[in-house]
Amino acid sequence: MSLSVNEGVDVKGLVDQVLEAYPEKSRKRRAKHINVLEAEAKDCGVKSNIKSIPGVMTIRGCAYAGSKGVVWGPIKDMIHISHGPVGCGYYSWSGRRNYYVGDTGVDSWGTMHFTTDFQEKDIVFGGDKKLHQAIAEINDLFPLVNGISIQSECPIGLIGDDIEAVARAKAEELGKPVVPVRCEGFRGVSQSLGHHIANDVIRDWIFEKTEPKEGFVSTPYDVTIIGDYNIGGDAWASRILLEEIGLRVIAQWSGDGTLAELENTPKAKVNLIHCYRSMNYIARHMEEKFGIPWMEYNFFGPSQIAESLRKIAALFDDTIKENAEKVIAKYQPMVDAVIAKYKPRLEGKKVMIYVGGLRPRHVVDAYHDLGMEIVGTGYEFAHNDDYQRTQHYVKEGTLIYDDVTAFELEKFVEAMRPDLVASGIKEKYVFQKMGLPFRQMHSWDYSGPYHGYDGFAIFARDMDLAINNPVWGIMKAPF
Amino acid sequence: MALRQIAFYGKGGIGKSTTSQNTLAALVELDQKILIVGCDPKADSTRLILHAKAQDTVLHLAAEAGSVEDLELEDVLKIGYKGIKCVESGGPEPGVGCAGRGVITSINFLEENGAYDDVDYVSYDVLGDVVCGGFAMPIRENKAQEIYIVMSGEMMALYAANNIAKGILKYANSGGVRLGGLICNERKTDKELELAEALAKRLGSQLIHFVPRDNIVQHAELRRMTVIEYAPESKQADEYRQLARKVHANKGKGTIPTPITMEELEEMLMDFGIMKSEEQQLAELQAKEAAKA
Repeated sequence: MSLSVNEGVDVKGLVDQVLEAYPEKSRKRRAKHINVLEAEAKDCGVKSNIKSIPGVMTIRGCAYAGSKGVVWGPIKDMIHISHGPVGCGYYSWSGRRNYYVGDTGVDSWGTMHFTTDFQEKDIVFGGDKKLHQAIAEINDLFPLVNGISIQSECPIGLIGDDIEAVARAKAEELGKPVVPVRCEGFRGVSQSLGHHIANDVIRDWIFEKTEPKEGFVSTPYDVTIIGDYNIGGDAWASRILLEEIGLRVIAQWSGDGTLAELENTPKAKVNLIHCYRSMNYIARHMEEKFGIPWMEYNFFGPSQIAESLRKIAALFDDTIKENAEKVIAKYQPMVDAVIAKYKPRLEGKKVMIYVGGLRPRHVVDAYHDLGMEIVGTGYEFAHNDDYQRTQHYVKEGTLIYDDVTAFELEKFVEAMRPDLVASGIKEKYVFQKMGLPFRQMHSWDYSGPYHGYDGFAIFARDMDLAINNPVWGIMKAPF
Repeated sequence: MALRQIAFYGKGGIGKSTTSQNTLAALVELDQKILIVGCDPKADSTRLILHAKAQDTVLHLAAEAGSVEDLELEDVLKIGYKGIKCVESGGPEPGVGCAGRGVITSINFLEENGAYDDVDYVSYDVLGDVVCGGFAMPIRENKAQEIYIVMSGEMMALYAANNIAKGILKYANSGGVRLGGLICNERKTDKELELAEALAKRLGSQLIHFVPRDNIVQHAELRRMTVIEYAPESKQADEYRQLARKVHANKGKGTIPTPITMEELEEMLMDFGIMKSEEQQLAELQAKEAAKA
C-alpha cells in the first residue's frame, strides 16, 4: 500500500474551487478548517471547536445532545428527564442504539422517554414545581430506579429555573441521587460542551456525593471501559477481550452502564478510554483526584486491536502480557479468514469519512486492514487535541475537513467520487442518490457491533454489502 | 375614531401607574372609551381605577385553566371607574419563570379575543426597565403608537428616560412607534423644569406636561382612587385634565427620538450644575482638606 493518497489529484485546487461559492468573509473563515495533509506535518493544520457560520447547514448537534444523548442517556438504571418542551426529548428518543441488558420499565429505562413537557405557563411561572412533580411520579411509577438526571433544554437556562435546588431536595427526599445537568442547547458551539458539562456533573454530583458500593472488593486487575456507548453492542465486544486477557471490567461508561459502575470507578487500577473526546475530562479528573492513570486504546480493526491489547497488557504483570499474546493468536485465524474473504473485494476502494467523537481517526486502520484507502476525513466537534491524534492514522494527501458544511461535503464527494461515504443519517440519502455506496458510521446503519474482533467481521461484511451491492450496477436510467 | 394605542414607560417608582391612571380618568371626561393593559407582574396598574388590586390576572387564570386558550375575555376584563376597562397581565413572583414571555402571551390573547374592539384608547403600563424583549412587546409592531416617558429631575430618571428613547428608536423603523413626549413628575430637584425641557429637546421631543408635586395624590392613592375621582375640584385634578387634553391633542405628533450618549447626558447635567465635573470635585475636596488643616 502506498504512503500517500489522492496522488495526481489536485485536492487543494478542489478546496479553493468549492470555497469560491462563499462570500469573502465566510470563505476566509472556512478555509482555516480545511486542509490537505502534508508529509511530516505536526498536526492536521485545521482550526476546530469554533462557532459554525450561520446558514451553512452544519452537521453538528447541541450541548443537550452531548449530555443526554451521549454521556448520560445510556446509564440504564437511571431515568433521564428531558426538562423543557417535548421536542428535544422526543426527537432524540432512542436515537443512538445504546444496547443494554435489563427489563425495560422495571430495572432499566434506556428505550423509554421522559420529559416535563413544558407548556407556556411553565415558561412564565417557572418549571420547578413541575420538575418536583415529575421526579415524584417517576419514583412512584418506577420504584426500582436508582437515580434521576435532569437534562436541561434551552428554556431552563433562559428563565433561570433553580434545578439544583430541586435536585438537592428530591435527592434527600428519595434517598437516591438526583443530578441536575445544565446542558442547555445554546451553550457552546457543538455537542462537545455538553460532554464536558456532563462529565463535570458526574464529578460534582456522583463522585462528590456518593461512595463506591459497600462490599466492593478490589482486585489488581480492575479496569474500566470509558467512552464506549455500546452502539450495536460495541462495549460487549470490547469487554470480552479485556476479560479474556485476565482483566476485570468494573465499569462501562456509559453504554450498558449503571449508576453503581460510575460510583465504583474510583476503585479502578486504570481507566481505559475509547472515546477520548467525550470522556477525557473525567479521566483527567480521576487521575488528579484518585491517582488513577488512564490510557487511550482503539478496538477498530485487528491491527489496532492487537496493538491496544499489548499496550493495555504492558500496564500489568507477565500473566496478562502472555494472555494478551494468546488472545491475539487465538483470534488470528478468524481475522485471516475475514481478510481473505473481503480484502479481494474491497482492496483499493476509496473512503471518505465524516463523523464525530473518535471515529474519524479510530476507524481508519480498520479500513486499511481491508486494503481500503481513506481519502478524506473530518470531525463534527473535535478540538485541536483530536487533530493532533489524527495525523498518524491518515496518509499524506488526505483531505481534512473540520465541521464540514453540507455544501462542502457534497462538492468534495462529487469531485473525488470515493467508493464509499461513511457518515451519518443526514448525509446518507444525499450520497446514495448520487449513486454512491454509503454506511452510517454513527449508528453502524442499524448493524454492529464494530468494536473488537467480533465487530471487525461485521464491519468487513457491512462495507462489502454497501460497496459491492449489485444495485449500483442497475442505477442507470433505461432511457 | 381610530383606535389610539399609547404606553407609559419610565424608571421604577417614578409614578407611572399613578400618572397614567389619573390621566386616563381625565380622558374619560373627554368621552373617551379606555382599556388599560397592565404589563407589570405586580399587577398594580389598575388599582386606582378598580379600587382594588386586580386578583384575576390573565396569566394566573391561564395557569389555573391549563393554557391561555382556555380563557374567555370576560374572565379577565374588569370594569372600573366610569366604565374604564382594565386587564392585568400578571406574571410570576419575583425570581422565577419569565415575566417577559407572560407579557407577550397576554397581549396576544387580548388582541385575538377582541379586547380592543369598541374602545378609543388602549393604554399599556409597563414595568420600570425594558429588561428583555417581552417588556418591549407594547412598543413593537402594531402596538403602541406613542410612548409617554414619565420622568423627573433626578439623575437616574433622566438616564432611564434616555434609555427608553433608545428602545423606541430601535423599533421606530420596523414598527410605527413614536415618542409622544416626556411627562415630568415633580420631585422638587434643582432646575427641574428647565432640565426636563432641555432633555425633551435633546431627544427631539417635547415636555408634554410638568405635573407639580401635591400630597393630595397620596391621599387619593391611600383610598385607592385617582385624584380625579377623590377630589375632582382640586388643583391637582386640573393638572391631570390638562395633561389628558395635551395627550389627546398629541395624536400623530409623536417623533422618532434622538437619544444621546452617556457622555452627552452627563455634560448636560454639568451644564445645569446638577453634576459636578471632576475638576470641580477635586477643587472642592482640596478646599475641604485645606479647611481641616
